[in-house]
Amino acid sequence: MAGTKHTDQGWRRFAVAVPYVWLLVFFLLPFVIILKISLADPVIAQPPFTPLLDDQGNLSVSLDGFKFLLTDKLYAITYFKSVMLAASATMLCLLLGFPMAYGIARSDPMTRSILLLLIVLPFWISFLLRVYAWMGLLNNYGVINNMLMWFGAIDQPIQFMYTDFAMLIGMTYSYLPFMVLPLYATLERMDLDLVDAAQDLGATRTGAFWDITWPLAKPGVIAGCLLVFIPAMGEYVIPYLLGGGESLLIGRVLFDEFFVNRDWPLASSVAIVLLLILVVPIMLLQRYQARDAEDA
Amino acid sequence: MTETANPDSFIRIRGVSKHFGDFVAVDNVDLDIRRGELFAILGGSGCGKSTLLRMLAGFEEPTAGTIEIDGTDVTHQPPYERPVNMMFQSYAIFPHMTVQKNVAYGLRKDGVSGSELTDRVDDAIRLVQLDGFQERKPDQLSGGQRQRVALARALIKQPKVLLLDEPLAALDKKLREQTQFELMNIQDELGITFVVVTHDQEEAMTLATRIAVMDKGRFLQVGEPKEIYEYPQSRFVADFVGTINTFEGSVSAIDEETITVNCPDVTAPVLALNSHDVEVGQAACIAIRPEKIFISLDKPEDDETNSVRGVVDDLGYLGNRSLYRIRLETGRMIQVSRQNQRRSAKRFVEWDDKVWVSWRPRSCVVIFEEL
Repeated sequence: MAGTKHTDQGWRRFAVAVPYVWLLVFFLLPFVIILKISLADPVIAQPPFTPLLDDQGNLSVSLDGFKFLLTDKLYAITYFKSVMLAASATMLCLLLGFPMAYGIARSDPMTRSILLLLIVLPFWISFLLRVYAWMGLLNNYGVINNMLMWFGAIDQPIQFMYTDFAMLIGMTYSYLPFMVLPLYATLERMDLDLVDAAQDLGATRTGAFWDITWPLAKPGVIAGCLLVFIPAMGEYVIPYLLGGGESLLIGRVLFDEFFVNRDWPLASSVAIVLLLILVVPIMLLQRYQARDAEDA
Repeated sequence: MTETANPDSFIRIRGVSKHFGDFVAVDNVDLDIRRGELFAILGGSGCGKSTLLRMLAGFEEPTAGTIEIDGTDVTHQPPYERPVNMMFQSYAIFPHMTVQKNVAYGLRKDGVSGSELTDRVDDAIRLVQLDGFQERKPDQLSGGQRQRVALARALIKQPKVLLLDEPLAALDKKLREQTQFELMNIQDELGITFVVVTHDQEEAMTLATRIAVMDKGRFLQVGEPKEIYEYPQSRFVADFVGTINTFEGSVSAIDEETITVNCPDVTAPVLALNSHDVEVGQAACIAIRPEKIFISLDKPEDDETNSVRGVVDDLGYLGNRSLYRIRLETGRMIQVSRQNQRRSAKRFVEWDDKVWVSWRPRSCVVIFEEL
């Protein structure tokens, strides 16, 4: 009996350990490595940065990368633009996704599973292909422009491609399922009697929505927003394909610094700052959620 | 406004139907509920009782017919404009609000604020004996407490009508009995008209001043609990409200005061009170409640009528009373219950005892029904 108990406990420890080990190996360790590189100086060598400890064993730390980020206005603008674009895409996803999730959660079970399947269906096709498909839709002689001209709405094709608008559409399209699914999960769980009760007590339909549905959907909204905002922030493929050469987003900059300029310390600094930009709002949200849960 | 004068018709339901596609949930019903009444709508699941309640609340619009409350036609009024509040079966307490905020919700929506709001909320919370729980969140409450929150929240706007959907279904037995009487006291105190929907006949019998028995979207009988129990007008009502033994037969003789019915399952002729327009030869169903049947080991004095022989097939001791299942000579089982009036460890009859069962003519319910 003692043996079973022992293995039981062993399993429990193992189960708890797995996510920690995972985080340690695949998040903390890479982060430390990137942090180390960001504190080095670039050299033309293999690897292309100075070691943390030089030949004499002295610690060599350089903040040049971070200083450069502060002096060159380009980086600040790029960060700002990335945040704005990711935030806009998140908002658009929320505006489109909420009614979608609401509609799915309130439809009858048969339709519901079909609709959910349709939401997930695009994942069957490669992400890259789907972005390419948008090029076909958005370019000057693409489907949308041709349709508009055929209807006589415009004489000249509208320049969609290589604009912020194209990137916004691409991101919204790509990340919409990540918004819909968590929203659906929270809305589907909600007891519909609550909305009836609110109306019974004098709330109009809209009133009941803002008093009951929205606050109860908040965990789903937060989860959905994070799931869209975080990958949209570091997005590389969409700006590369739909945004064209001029549209600098932080994902692009990161790639260029690493592989075009081969300035690994600077690139690492860019990555660290990006991480900070992402971590701060997440922590704020989590604190907010924890406080909410404490109230509950 | 002329209707207001009629106290028998505080809630006036006329020709109300509700169809969901091909399914008829409520089928052309009429009903009058009196002011200050505690009215119960009793029926099995899917009988349309909840749909009717939701139409009273305004969550569903009738396919046909009108609903008036206190002389005002509310048929097409949205729920938030009706002088009606509802206590949900699930209680539907807002999980993200404290008890205080839950109870205050209705008043806030009416624009009440400040000290009037807090005073009225405190009063309502005191009424349901939840003082001190104001700042609790719903998940920190027990089932009984949640029910009280739901009640206080529904009462705070002093509605003309309070609808209660299976109010006691989620509570355990002890709590049910206690809550039942509390509900009756509160109703008495506030004088609000209560409409209760339930599938539990016992709940309906003890709570309500009047009961409507519903089946397949229609009312089968509306009356006081005693009427429903002692004078059921149909087999369904007799069966649904309590237990009853039924014997098919046909009328063989009619007297001034009694009728005689021949039932194949009962060897002797069955005498019952004559209360209907009857014809000789008419099919009739005799129904007798288990507690109105006597069991004896000896032959009853009058064995010419209303008595039959049988064997004790099964018996159950329930403390205050015992239940017996008696197999008649034809093989029919009947149920008899008997108060255990004498304190004794010995059983009055044993398994497989040969017994006589008998009953009085006035105990027979005669049901004439197209079968």
